[in-house]
Amino acid sequence: MKIIDRFEVEYFQYLDENSELIDDSPPLAHDIEALLDLYRTMVLVRTMDTKAIALQRTGKLGTYPSTRGQEAVFVGVGKAMAATDVLVPYYRDMGTLIQRGVKLSQILLYWGGDERGNVFLNDSEDFPFSVPVGSQPLHAAGAAYAIKYRNEDRAVVSICGDGATSQGDFYEAMNVAGVMKLPVVFVICNNQWAISVPRHVQTAARTLAQKAIAAGFVGEQIDGNDIIAVTHRTVEALKLARQEHQPRLLEMVCYRHHDHTTADDASRYEPKDLRQQEWVKEPVARLRHYLEKQNAWDEAKEEALRVSCAEEVDVVVKEYLCTTPQPLSSMFDYLYATLPRAYQEQFEQLKNLEMNKHG
Amino acid sequence: MAEITLVEAITTALAYEMAADDSIIVLGEDVGKDGGVFRATDGLLAKFGGSRVLDTPLAESMIGGLAVGMAVRGLKPVAEFQFMGFIYPALDQIINHAARMRNRTRGRLHCPIVFRAPFGAGIHAPEHHSESTEAYFAHTPGLRVVIPSSPAKAYGLLLASIRDPDPVVFLEPSRLYRYARQEVNNDGKALPLDVCFTLCKGEDVTLVTWGAMVKETLAATKLLEQEGISAEIIDVATIKPLDIDTILASVEKTGRCIVIHEAPLTCGVGAEIISQVAEKVMYSLKAPPERVAGFDTIVPYARLEKYYLPSEKRIIDAVHRLMEYT
Repeated sequence: MKIIDRFEVEYFQYLDENSELIDDSPPLAHDIEALLDLYRTMVLVRTMDTKAIALQRTGKLGTYPSTRGQEAVFVGVGKAMAATDVLVPYYRDMGTLIQRGVKLSQILLYWGGDERGNVFLNDSEDFPFSVPVGSQPLHAAGAAYAIKYRNEDRAVVSICGDGATSQGDFYEAMNVAGVMKLPVVFVICNNQWAISVPRHVQTAARTLAQKAIAAGFVGEQIDGNDIIAVTHRTVEALKLARQEHQPRLLEMVCYRHHDHTTADDASRYEPKDLRQQEWVKEPVARLRHYLEKQNAWDEAKEEALRVSCAEEVDVVVKEYLCTTPQPLSSMFDYLYATLPRAYQEQFEQLKNLEMNKHG
Repeated sequence: MAEITLVEAITTALAYEMAADDSIIVLGEDVGKDGGVFRATDGLLAKFGGSRVLDTPLAESMIGGLAVGMAVRGLKPVAEFQFMGFIYPALDQIINHAARMRNRTRGRLHCPIVFRAPFGAGIHAPEHHSESTEAYFAHTPGLRVVIPSSPAKAYGLLLASIRDPDPVVFLEPSRLYRYARQEVNNDGKALPLDVCFTLCKGEDVTLVTWGAMVKETLAATKLLEQEGISAEIIDVATIKPLDIDTILASVEKTGRCIVIHEAPLTCGVGAEIISQVAEKVMYSLKAPPERVAGFDTIVPYARLEKYYLPSEKRIIDAVHRLMEYT
């Protein structure tokens, strides 16, 4: 027998479950200001997430997908990106989006059933939320092709969940990125659940990271509860993408500490006590304990942060609740660059409905 | 001015526009060295290089999704699918993403893509190479569906489709690729989208059709002329959005309407046209409108396909039925 290839998947963790630094940690592990910034953002995301769930429960928001316990993945990836990079998110990426300049009230607007939640910023080049699972890594590959074609110094980040890796489009995106050597970083938020189905039912592969091997590039596994590892590895992957047009796959291993969405009930399928067992690894407390050990954080600072996050969230919730609805005719406004004559009659019908509504 | 075939007109239009606009990227399976299965992209690789003419891996959804990403980032992809029967893996990307990007982002992002595919029966091809399911796309808000019926239309409508700021599904009747030559001026002039073309004027009946069925309809009209029946032929060309006004004006004049398409009868575009005729010009009708269409069957393999396709005889029979009403 002749072995013609072997492969390995590296696992990266710098800050362990006990908030102890592991040897070989990157400079970020000692950059207290940067870590404080990451911590504050994670706490804001968790506060916002809790509020969004409450808004849904009280009928003020539509179906909403929680990010609880996955803050390090989304916040870390967002911090690692340059402003000029392009984000291709999926629907759970609130923590990344807010660092791209998206207002929290806009994110609420999206989940509250208003397309304007996808505008982000008028000049944003980031892609909107993608609801069909796994289709957006292909958009990232296409965007990366455009960047390479124009010889621009930037890269694309695509984020998806572990369930999305079962989709053909996911493989097709990886494959074409490998073949065409595209400046794209594929991030998997492996939160262990694809709605109700556990990770091991999605694939018999030992890691999701190894799926990159078949596409001809490096895949690595990262402790998705360790924001130092998430941020550092994403920064490194983006450097390679920008400078050498090397695609990379980053599997962030974390846990979904909530239902899939507010329309779901995880108690129907999630083993009892598992969430509690996983909670000891959760990313926010892990970084907080580390910062406390560095004498960079204490209870008074925590309380002040808690208050300021709550105030910030209150402001954006008010903004969201006060948003003037779109006119009915906006259904047609963005269908085509110019509304074809064929739809003018329907457009007029809708405008009449609007007049009657207000008349 | 050269006499060229429909497929040569496609190549000519692509080459003209690629020379004028370096954001145009042609991508698809075998579109590079091989020039595409029908040679529609022949010579483009040599002329424009490997960064603009991409032989992709064999994955149709990928072609659709890659084009979406390119278009959002400012390129103008022209994506080729080898046959309409192979476009279905890309439906998710075309329908869920390309068609919705402008609306989803309230105009912040958009998706100017041309999805090209040969379609239709009558070329004795294997299974899945003969479909005409244009209604799938015509049903999708946000898309344009354009179907040329001659070399000149192919040239002018493809230029217009590439220049359009929204996604266009451009379906090329494979039966007509090399059927006839026509003088086409390579002057970069586009034909208008969203309008029907009246191919010949008539007084007694309006025959509405598109794509390869224009051939049988024109032939049937010549035979009908000998009987003294004057037919007006409308080539729909853009089946979505539909220029119903031109059709209605003609039906108001002739009082009779037949829609001819090779796509299956049920829920075909003919159903939409007849429905609007019934709603809007019913009192002008001298006879019940009819559809002459493909059967509600899977397109049969080569030995039976000529019985599937609407023939001149079926068109003439339908006209005779309508002419019995005075």
